[in-house]
Amino acid sequence: MSTSNEKFDSPLSDLELPTAIEPPADRASTAILREIVAHLRQRRAQLLEAWASRISEAGFLTAMSAEEVLEECGAMYDNYLAAVETGSSKSLDSYAHELSERTVTRGVGTHEVVGTVLLLRDVLAKSLYAEYGQNQDNLTRVLGAYGPAASRIATMVAVGFVREHEHIIRQQQEAMRKLSTPVLTIHERLLILPIIGILDPQRARQLTEQLLEAIRSNRAKVVVMDLTGVATMDAPVANNLVQTVGAARLLGAEVIITGVSPELARTLVTIGVDLEKLATVGDLRGGIERAARLLGYKVVPIDETTTDTATE
Amino acid sequence: MQKKTTILQLRNYLVATVQTTLVDQDFITLRDRLVSQVGNSRCTGVVLDVSELDVLDSFCVRTLSDMARMIRLRGADMLIVGIQPGVAFSMAQLGLDLDGVPTALDLDEGLAYLDSKSRRSSGRIPAWH
Amino acid sequence: MALKDSMRPSELPGDNRAGTAESPVTQRIRIDAIPDIVTARQHGRELADRYGFSETQATLIATVISELSRNMVLYAQGGTISLRMAHGNPSVGVVIRAEDHGPGIPNLDRVMMGGYSTSGGLGLGLCGVRRIADEFRIDTQEGKGTTITVTKWSE
Ligand SMILES: Nc1ncnc2c1ncn2[C@@H]1O[C@H](COP(=O)(O)OP(=O)(O)OP(=O)(O)O)[C@@H](O)[C@H]1O
Ligand SMILES: [Mg+2]
Repeated sequence: MSTSNEKFDSPLSDLELPTAIEPPADRASTAILREIVAHLRQRRAQLLEAWASRISEAGFLTAMSAEEVLEECGAMYDNYLAAVETGSSKSLDSYAHELSERTVTRGVGTHEVVGTVLLLRDVLAKSLYAEYGQNQDNLTRVLGAYGPAASRIATMVAVGFVREHEHIIRQQQEAMRKLSTPVLTIHERLLILPIIGILDPQRARQLTEQLLEAIRSNRAKVVVMDLTGVATMDAPVANNLVQTVGAARLLGAEVIITGVSPELARTLVTIGVDLEKLATVGDLRGGIERAARLLGYKVVPIDETTTDTATE
Repeated sequence: MQKKTTILQLRNYLVATVQTTLVDQDFITLRDRLVSQVGNSRCTGVVLDVSELDVLDSFCVRTLSDMARMIRLRGADMLIVGIQPGVAFSMAQLGLDLDGVPTALDLDEGLAYLDSKSRRSSGRIPAWH
Repeated sequence: MALKDSMRPSELPGDNRAGTAESPVTQRIRIDAIPDIVTARQHGRELADRYGFSETQATLIATVISELSRNMVLYAQGGTISLRMAHGNPSVGVVIRAEDHGPGIPNLDRVMMGGYSTSGGLGLGLCGVRRIADEFRIDTQEGKGTTITVTKWSE
């Protein structure tokens, strides 16, 4: 075997961040950046304070307490300098990720986070200006090295934050979809899945995953999937349904489909469904009776003398 | 080399557990070991636990169903347990069918299935004294 | 010889992913022998996990990679699998590209119907991959090679 896998060892680094900080081009700028960072480290306390007051002036991060803001700023400050110094985005990237995790759910907006980082950039630039401003050449070199690095960092934090934001929104959407299709355990090893509304491809995918997971966690042997509330579905979704039934069987569970509408029956036949592989019963009640038989039970009225309607 | 599958005997069943991802040759090795052992130990059932497999593609599925048929010819039933939900759905989407090889959720279920099956068959055939 | 075939599945309903962007290739994995298949599909799964694909979707992606790389080993003396991300709205996609310089697939139409195999297989690999794929494209040229591109979206 001869493998020559490019980037084999680097675990998918910095995929969608076109803004990853490139290492400084030459030794001279590395030296300048190091000098800048040393200066900024030395003045950490004052600069942090200046930054924090700019943040509160701008009305950013109001959802956080003053101590929290200070703590957050301290962490960001150090990560920021590390990124300027090493040119490596790694620690900053994971910091941006953590930051978003901490703040997104508390209603901190993207503009606040980006604004905060930009304020830091400015506060630091101002300090550099004060330090190196007397000598025009020096100033040009310093700001020339600092500016691009600082902008890239700001972009990275922003992108990281937005990405996390989207991720959380997606999770919430997912949770909502889950709520719309309950999986009911009505009996040990028997699940009922009443599906109501429109089955679009996304929801169909959700349904598949939820059902298979529920079969495993409940150790279900039989599932009754009631489609009475589904008027129609298109061919890809119907195919998905049939495949889900097949997958359930591989997990050791039988799926009984009930409440197939005339239109759905037409779709299923059109896609060429194999009826050997799809157990259908007219209505939910019939489906549950069939399920009970499969499980080795029999549904009987409690009092043998009562009529059948008593069980309804 | 570390064993990629273990086979142990439990009553009159063989329980084979896949420990890690298998490449094609490992499947063939496993098949040969099982097909040979099942006759030596007078087993009536084989349970193959594949819960550690993250993919069952068309090659694997074909090998598994061939394996089951060979084992049947040697006088035992083979059962596959532990297929992960995602793997099961992928198999269904690929259009793969285990071709009548029974499946169960996990080892417990698998053994229960074999027990009930042997009870049923011993009920039909009168005991030989 | 002309490009034999190039097909896309019918557009999914509600599929408006105009203006999707692809990032550069993330991984390029050389497939020469069977063990490389395992490596390639592990990379695919990692990528899917990292981008928030569900477990089932990650498995589908790994399965596609498995089928395509095995075909390259069996029929084309190997090839490469490249993986990249596509950014659509609102979802992300994994783009799997299997490229080889093997003999090509002369009877593509027959192969895509399924059940046809020159190796005693089930002949389900390619048509199964097409079923799993959200987007599927195959370019094959006799004597030159085959390139198959599959996209799987997270939603
Ligand atoms: N990359 C390739 N280069 C040349 N021929 C190929 C390639 N991929 C597939 N083929 C041809 O297409 C046929 C069908 O491929 P497919 O993957 O669908 O089934 P298979 O590999 O024969 O069996 P299996 O179900 O195990 O995958 C193969 O038998 C082979 O002849
Ligand atoms: Mg194949």
